[in-house]
Amino acid sequence: MDRYKEIADLHKAKENRIYNSFVSFICGGVMGFLAELIIECLMNWFKLSRTDSSIYMIVIFIFISCLFTSLGFFDKLVTKFKCGLIIPITGFAHSVMSSSLDAKNEGLIYGIGSNMFKLAGSVIVYGVVSAFILGLIRYLIGGV
Amino acid sequence: MKLVYSFLFCGLICLIGQMILDNTKLTPGHITSLFVVVGAFLDIFHIYDSIIKVVGGGAQLPITSFGHSLVHGALSNTSEHGVIGLFMGMFDLTATGIVAVILFAFFFTLICKPKD
Repeated sequence: MDRYKEIADLHKAKENRIYNSFVSFICGGVMGFLAELIIECLMNWFKLSRTDSSIYMIVIFIFISCLFTSLGFFDKLVTKFKCGLIIPITGFAHSVMSSSLDAKNEGLIYGIGSNMFKLAGSVIVYGVVSAFILGLIRYLIGGV
Repeated sequence: MKLVYSFLFCGLICLIGQMILDNTKLTPGHITSLFVVVGAFLDIFHIYDSIIKVVGGGAQLPITSFGHSLVHGALSNTSEHGVIGLFMGMFDLTATGIVAVILFAFFFTLICKPKD
């Protein structure tokens, strides 16, 4: 059994960690750059306030991510760029979109409706739990 | 100048996530949940607010901003309503993202066929 493990380790596909980190740094950086660019374009062209245009920016990114996932080539991009696309809000939209696409055959209620937050539900649950506990601590300390 | 800061900050967050993904056994689901909690933690003393003021859009795009907005909305309602403000204001700022995700996902799922 040990011999098997050694041979298996020899033939495992090697992941170049430095290359992966570099790719996700560049990809994440480009996403951040685009986000700021969209905000400044909206502020200059449509005379929106900074808060409004950042909300429009998030909606635009979610729209693009959902569109690309439903057309089928966002999965390939995610395997290529990994965390560069998972950490921004596009990863959240991608997980919702892909789990609801997978469950489409099971019908409207028990398929799409109940499976939509299969993967992304953990983000909302732990976000709300941690936000409540931390917010309560901050409130009790005082001076918000 | 904010464009350069956005590039660096968002890239750095993604780099940290990729390093955690490569060197430990955590899955992407673990990492996104972890980053939300980190974002929520950074906001209790308004550190993330000052980051957003300097960096701009690059700090609002990563998933850490989701946790930040949860805490920010909850805390801003406590000054008016007391403890119950934590319950009332939790989704004030993040509602846009969640509603947009649900709407787009639902309509695109109705239109498109799943590919495998």
